[in-house]
Amino acid sequence: MKVGLFIPCYVDQFYPNAAIATLELLEKLGVEVGYPAQQTCCGQPMANSGYEHLTGGCNDLFVDNFAGFDYIVSPSGSCALHIKEHLHSHDNEQAATGIRKKIYELTEFLTDVLKVEKLDAKFPHRVGLHQSCHGQRGLKLAQMTELTASPYSKPGGLLNMVEGVELIPLTRSDECCGFGGTFCVAEEAVSAKMGKDRVADHIQNGAEYITAADLSCLMHMEGILKRQKSGVKVIHIAEILNGVKEPVA
Amino acid sequence: MTTRDKILADVRRNQPPLVAAPDLAVWEAKAQAKASLLETFATVAGNVGSRVVLVDSIADLKSHLIIPPDSRVLTSLPQLLDIAKDAALFANNAPHEMENVELAILQAEFGVAENSALWVTEKQMGTRVLPFICQHLALVVKSADIVPDMHAAYLRTQGSDHGFAAFIAGPSKTADIEQSLVLGAHGPRSLVIFVLTS
Amino acid sequence: MKNHAELSEVFNKDEQRVNWHDETLWFVRQKRDKATHQIPDWEELREAASQIKHNVLSDLGNYLEQFEKNAVNNGIRVHWAVDAQEHNKIVHSILKRHGISQMVKSKSMLTEECHLNHYLEDKGINVVDSDLGELIVQLAKEPPSHIVLPCIHKKKEEIGDIFHEHLGSAKGEADPQILTETARIHLRNTFLSRRAALTGVNFAVAETGEFVVCTNEGNADMGAHLSDVHIASMGIEKLIPKRKDLGVFLRLLTRSATGQPITTYSSHFKRPRPGQEMHIILVDNGRSVQLGREDFRNSLKCIRCGACMNTCPVYRRSGGHSYHTAVAGPIGSILAPNLDMKQYADLPFASTLCGSCSNVCPVKIDIHEQLYKWRQVIVKEGYGDKKKAAAMQAMAYTLSSPKVYRLAGKAGRWVMKHTPFAVNNPLNPWYKQRDMPEAPKESFGEWYAKNRG
Repeated sequence: MKVGLFIPCYVDQFYPNAAIATLELLEKLGVEVGYPAQQTCCGQPMANSGYEHLTGGCNDLFVDNFAGFDYIVSPSGSCALHIKEHLHSHDNEQAATGIRKKIYELTEFLTDVLKVEKLDAKFPHRVGLHQSCHGQRGLKLAQMTELTASPYSKPGGLLNMVEGVELIPLTRSDECCGFGGTFCVAEEAVSAKMGKDRVADHIQNGAEYITAADLSCLMHMEGILKRQKSGVKVIHIAEILNGVKEPVA
Repeated sequence: MTTRDKILADVRRNQPPLVAAPDLAVWEAKAQAKASLLETFATVAGNVGSRVVLVDSIADLKSHLIIPPDSRVLTSLPQLLDIAKDAALFANNAPHEMENVELAILQAEFGVAENSALWVTEKQMGTRVLPFICQHLALVVKSADIVPDMHAAYLRTQGSDHGFAAFIAGPSKTADIEQSLVLGAHGPRSLVIFVLTS
Repeated sequence: MKNHAELSEVFNKDEQRVNWHDETLWFVRQKRDKATHQIPDWEELREAASQIKHNVLSDLGNYLEQFEKNAVNNGIRVHWAVDAQEHNKIVHSILKRHGISQMVKSKSMLTEECHLNHYLEDKGINVVDSDLGELIVQLAKEPPSHIVLPCIHKKKEEIGDIFHEHLGSAKGEADPQILTETARIHLRNTFLSRRAALTGVNFAVAETGEFVVCTNEGNADMGAHLSDVHIASMGIEKLIPKRKDLGVFLRLLTRSATGQPITTYSSHFKRPRPGQEMHIILVDNGRSVQLGREDFRNSLKCIRCGACMNTCPVYRRSGGHSYHTAVAGPIGSILAPNLDMKQYADLPFASTLCGSCSNVCPVKIDIHEQLYKWRQVIVKEGYGDKKKAAAMQAMAYTLSSPKVYRLAGKAGRWVMKHTPFAVNNPLNPWYKQRDMPEAPKESFGEWYAKNRG
């Protein structure tokens, strides 16, 4: 099994530790991982702003980089969902269709493909799990509170395999953090208010760390936590599952 | 081209290819096998602000009525004419003359367990406005006439050729002011449901 | 005119009020959850409703004709209105024929969409809204901020002041019980003295020619049954094929809206009472156009429960008026651009595309997917934000080329300037309430080249 690692642009630039943890975790689980050096972005920032017609270059690049892998794994639910729903290629639609079917967000890949049942990792902290919307409602990583259906959580299940993790309950377990791509600046007032409310829910319920399968949400919440000079930190789920060395306090 | 023809032409030009409607028989079948209908009905009725009283006869019903003196009562049940001095059988009265009706006691055709709604048609209302304009409303339903859900309810209305009919579930209410529930918005301030168990 | 972002910013000046608004609507969402979880096959019920509506949309022409024929046989006068103007004219002509200058009206979002009150007032006709919430916003000279809870943005003290001024309640009185009683007494007189009543329509049944109006207050019935002339206004998409389909829709409607198992009154109007005139106005006003938009026609399945508003994290924190259209929230944001793409170009962007709206929708409209699709249409038609366009071009150029991307990306310089959260505004609104992430010393790409390359 050869897995292509897709590291979204802002993770590459701002959160290399999450990307390294993803790579190391997959390698530890015996997966052969390739990282195509020519990759950039899934095209979502343009598409969600109404400029899907400008994403042709990104799409072609994506197809060139990833068509040859058995699976493509990304530590971002949002970017994985965008590829799954919107990747097309004028010259090679067959390859694009293949990619749409074999792209996975990290926690769903661990749960559904590798069927991971135990992890060698330790993280003795109270952790709040933020259910990022695109991962949850788009990729169905966890049951959604709106539906009348049995509960499950792929990221939650994995976190429970980590020694010492205490998952705290949230008052609103799957409310949006308000990032929303360009929404975060175009609708600054509501976006920031949503972020503040989300962060407050985690803090009130005793979180030391907020984790998620999407760094865009974490980046948003981190921005608010830092502005509030809060001691609560954000950490990508890959870093917890990889059993990282204790993050610097 | 008339407006009508224009709208119909626009609609027909733009509507998608025909898709069949789902068969609701599966829902109607599900509605058949439900137990403890009366219990469900009474619980739900309580939740929406109705009061349910089980009685074994119309005569028994009278003992549960407290009617202030000089209040006007209209009913569809001839057995109840002696409950108040100003009690009368409803008739097709002028609606504007009903403003001072304190209590209306009407027969309902059937009740629905899942939402405690009662089906009352024009025939049982006499005057359409009566169950809405009275200060208090009492409805009488036989326990055997409680159906499980709305699918079963509409099976019961098949072939009914009412000019007007309504499901009534509880007293008139509003929560428009800060989501605070207030009973007695425009219509009846209370609803008592007499369930005839015999 | 201010757009959604600007109006939201105004709304957010009072954070305590935003918290209160958010909590109040979240409470309604929770009531909805509690009610729906009591129906084990809720998801299948939604699917059935969606399919019925799909059938309706695919055969709407025939259903309209069938409904018209049966309604006429029942003694109802049927009118057709191609747009808001024609609808308003029809209402006025009916009133004029009877020499009526005062009318009572129960809730009808369609008449809000058509701005009927304004039109009739200009013709010297007085209209009183009889739904308590609508009466409150009418007295306050505001539009409703929510289709089911019209004055959900108002605090009881403010309502007390309005009632004190207009209905003579005691100064400072803010008890909902007492204020409601004040409105009850005031409106009883109105109901008894109006010869004409207008109601909305929740469902119209093609098979029988009857229509159903749902209220909790009983105000539609009080108006209609005491009137000489009953006018019911409905959008052409309100049709359903058979009476038994109501079983599906009435189970869904109020559980989705407020968490009640059913509205207090579900009134089935089939014939006028003796001596009464009953009119139905079938209104298109852009619906047939929307029907032709393949990506957006599902929006016509909407049964106006308001669940998408209650669950929307943006709506709860921006308020209904920020949408500057009759139907606010997520559903309004996919309906309004059909009516006027330029005026409502901002609305499909007033969302994070979180998808909660689509999950609560009782007829399974893919609301958040339509928001995404409207964004594409609006940009292509040239109604997008002009400042954004250049930034998007630059971004697309950079991200299409690994070389340019890597060059630009060194130490996060390019990303710092151009990532989605920084794009579009030199003053960088991100920084107003949030810190920027720290740029690490090397990107993952650089680390990988060193360690695995």
